[in-house]
Amino acid sequence: MKFGVVVFPGSNCDHDAQYAVTQNVGAQASFLWHQESSVPSDIDAIILPGGFSYGDYLRCGAIAKFSPIIGAVKKFAHAGGLVMGFCNGFQILTESGLLPGALVRNNALKFICRPTHLRVETSNSPFTNTATPGQILSLPIAHGEGCYTAEPHVLDQLEAEDRVVFRYVKNPNGSLRDIAGICNAQRNVLGMMPHPERAADPLMGSTDGLVLFHSLIASLAAK
Amino acid sequence: MSSITPEVVAAHSLTPDEYQKVLSLLGREPSLTELGIFSVMWSEHCSYKSSKIHLKKLPTRSQLVILGPGENAGIIDIGHGYGIAFKIESHNHPSFIEPFQGAATGVGGILRDIFTMGARPIAVLDSIRFGPLDDPQTGPRNRRILEGVVAGIAHYGNCFGVPTVGGECVFHKSYDGNPLVNVFALGVIPKDKIFFGRAEGIGNPVIYVGAKTGRDGIHGATMASDEFTEESKQKRPNVQMGDPFLEKLLLEACIEAMHSGAVVGIQDMGAAGLTCSTSEMGSRAGTGVEIDLMHVPQRETGMTPYEIMLSESQERMLLVAEKGREQEIFDIFDKWGLDAATVGVVTDDGMLRVRNHGELIAEINNRDLADEAPLYDRPHTKPHRNVPMEAPAFSSTDLKADLINLLSSGDLCSKRWIYEQYDYMVRTNTLAGPGGDAAIVRIKETGTSVAVSLDGNGRYCYLDPREGAKLVVAEACRNVSTVGALPVAATNNLNFGNPQRPEIMAQLVEAIEGMADACTFFETPITGGNVSLYNETLGEGILPTPVIGIVGLLPTQAPVPSRFQAEGLTVMLLGGIGSSDETHFGGTQYAYVLLKQMWGLPPALDMAVEKNVHLAIREIVAAGLAASAHDLSDGGFAVALAEASFDGIGAVVTLPSSPLRPELLLFHEAPSRILLSTHSPEEVSKLADTLGVPVSVIGKTIKGQVVIEGHLSSTIEELQQPWASALENALHA
Repeated sequence: MKFGVVVFPGSNCDHDAQYAVTQNVGAQASFLWHQESSVPSDIDAIILPGGFSYGDYLRCGAIAKFSPIIGAVKKFAHAGGLVMGFCNGFQILTESGLLPGALVRNNALKFICRPTHLRVETSNSPFTNTATPGQILSLPIAHGEGCYTAEPHVLDQLEAEDRVVFRYVKNPNGSLRDIAGICNAQRNVLGMMPHPERAADPLMGSTDGLVLFHSLIASLAAK
Repeated sequence: MSSITPEVVAAHSLTPDEYQKVLSLLGREPSLTELGIFSVMWSEHCSYKSSKIHLKKLPTRSQLVILGPGENAGIIDIGHGYGIAFKIESHNHPSFIEPFQGAATGVGGILRDIFTMGARPIAVLDSIRFGPLDDPQTGPRNRRILEGVVAGIAHYGNCFGVPTVGGECVFHKSYDGNPLVNVFALGVIPKDKIFFGRAEGIGNPVIYVGAKTGRDGIHGATMASDEFTEESKQKRPNVQMGDPFLEKLLLEACIEAMHSGAVVGIQDMGAAGLTCSTSEMGSRAGTGVEIDLMHVPQRETGMTPYEIMLSESQERMLLVAEKGREQEIFDIFDKWGLDAATVGVVTDDGMLRVRNHGELIAEINNRDLADEAPLYDRPHTKPHRNVPMEAPAFSSTDLKADLINLLSSGDLCSKRWIYEQYDYMVRTNTLAGPGGDAAIVRIKETGTSVAVSLDGNGRYCYLDPREGAKLVVAEACRNVSTVGALPVAATNNLNFGNPQRPEIMAQLVEAIEGMADACTFFETPITGGNVSLYNETLGEGILPTPVIGIVGLLPTQAPVPSRFQAEGLTVMLLGGIGSSDETHFGGTQYAYVLLKQMWGLPPALDMAVEKNVHLAIREIVAAGLAASAHDLSDGGFAVALAEASFDGIGAVVTLPSSPLRPELLLFHEAPSRILLSTHSPEEVSKLADTLGVPVSVIGKTIKGQVVIEGHLSSTIEELQQPWASALENALHA
């Protein structure tokens, strides 16, 4: 089981993700540089980590979507590969069209870093198949632009297709319908603002993020 | 006709005597560029000319110190082949003029100081001070400054990817026109990969890397060495602009270049930019540096040599590479999308020689710039103070209301509104983040952890700079010990007023001497730091505010919380309830917040007792006996008890009998005391007894209530709600 962790020049949770999946999950990981245009064949799942991809002074992820690696990630995803985007990774997934909607400025107009509670909305995904619907996870957020927004009919469709994977128990940023994480229609691409890689080690105060990685490994094993 | 008139000299903040020294060192009249170079290198900010003879009194060595003051940051040995590099630096003046960029570039500057050594930054803490938010005249401006400073720190640190894990935020009228922004950064470094700012190796290329040079920040160092006047508002172009994304690229590229083996020496371009980096690197190595400005990457057209040499554009580094390996460096910087250009060469004659398209612009001995700055033994008399020794008549009618007022005051209220804007978790090392006694960051490379506490107390130091400075060191060491860490080293930021006033100079001298005594006693040598003088606005000086950063070492383990975690545990007071007469009560939060006065002296400190308390709490923590531990400081016992209750578990306590009046008993700030809860009171007592530290059982933890028998009784909610909401309410008033 090997994760590919994408590294943009402004990624800053890349090493945290790599550490979590290798040290806390027991998988392997290698970094995928943003200028690479293909995904090595030994990669089983891709993580788009948090950070500020290319500085993100314009709009988070707006430049990243044009990078060679995102072209490769799209191919990987279209072929059914598992992709997870956390924080900036979620922003990049919406910008690049792999997920619907957009992440805009938090409603309080400030960066927020704090532990939050998430409710698992569905176990029908490769990322939550070992969790139970309604289960509460304690995962931290750290973002300035994490307010999820989309057209009402898109939100309706996400709900109708059981694609809202996580909701905030107490909405920290104004996200529509308390949405914290969603998946695509094929259910192999997940985007979420909270940081599961920061909740993978007992010393960090929560290990609730592990359920995502364990689910992913279980679903790969079942293939 | 000379172009260097006395007015030109004065405009460069050089005195006539200093100019005479320039003339005699050069043996001729300087060009305007040369005058500019001397003025920044000999500024207070770069040369420490008023403080240097006193800074020599500070202890700087121990078995763990790998590198003391003089380089970009100090380094101590943490074992397992690694060291930590750390330093604190101020950006006070820029943060007043342009709060957001001033604070942001303050973070950027100290981060560069850390990674210049080869260390990867893993933690930032800030000590920030502002005028009161509720002042009818200055409140709105103070609120704007605070919001800008916090947003600036957040912007830079968050994007760079370094967690801001703690600090302090304090208010006082004296910071009205002169906020303090002191930023501490710490990085991890393999002991065999330490880099120095030295231009070694005659003939080696001098390479400029990072951002292009623009016109921003010209004369920032000189500005930081002046008092503020009405004209300061005109100085906004002197403040630099920060780009944290570029700094992140610079970090990665520099570390990669260092690991390539092609880098000989490296220094960041901070204050005084290209001037400081070239002359200091040459001076340290005893070499010369010759550069041609035509090769310097420039952001703007038509820049003069004067502007290029004095620009403080951010995110730039100067490095000396091994001759013949330039291409390796260029390839690495190209990978990260950064400019890199050979701008000159290391020479054997000790001169800084600046050319522009071949034409000689400046030619000055490096040592004259870096080491020959004038040193002043400025006259110092009695430290300035303008408050009585005698206490006024006061008495309390409602201790619970007093406690609520204290908890909702600026210094003591929750700083969550601030620290939630900082990513304090990135890098997944934060074992204890903001809000506790000390921050704890694990070091993945060694499997051990470091604890850091920043502390200052302007009121204590105003009443008695010497004793105040000792108390500040004692408290920071106590904070670090309370989480179980052994304090091993320190960095200091000395924020004072105008040193040309003898009564201000006396504050500086006495504070340094007090700090030297305490750091020697607590075995925390000072490995580097910063001096910020001329913190005055319109003739009004700030409270003397030395800020200390103490670094401690501990095993990586689940941290001991500062708050009570379970009902039914025994509550103990290590160090005893302490004592205070009315004279030593005049610097307390009670006097400041409730009586709006200052008088007398700071609390009395016995350093031997204090050190024993530190030892005792470390042993108690190491033995796993503490379920929670929180040190007593601002606001005294009652405030500490309330703070320890904010996870919903409070306590009912009975204080040991004491001749003190209730308001003194509850709110005095005698040091050397720690509040803890434990399952094992007998073992705690036994351990404390063997060390000769007084300890008493004072009560039990209970759910939802805070009760001090005979004095006050409250639900936790009644105390916590005002504490939690005060800062946000004040900001949005």
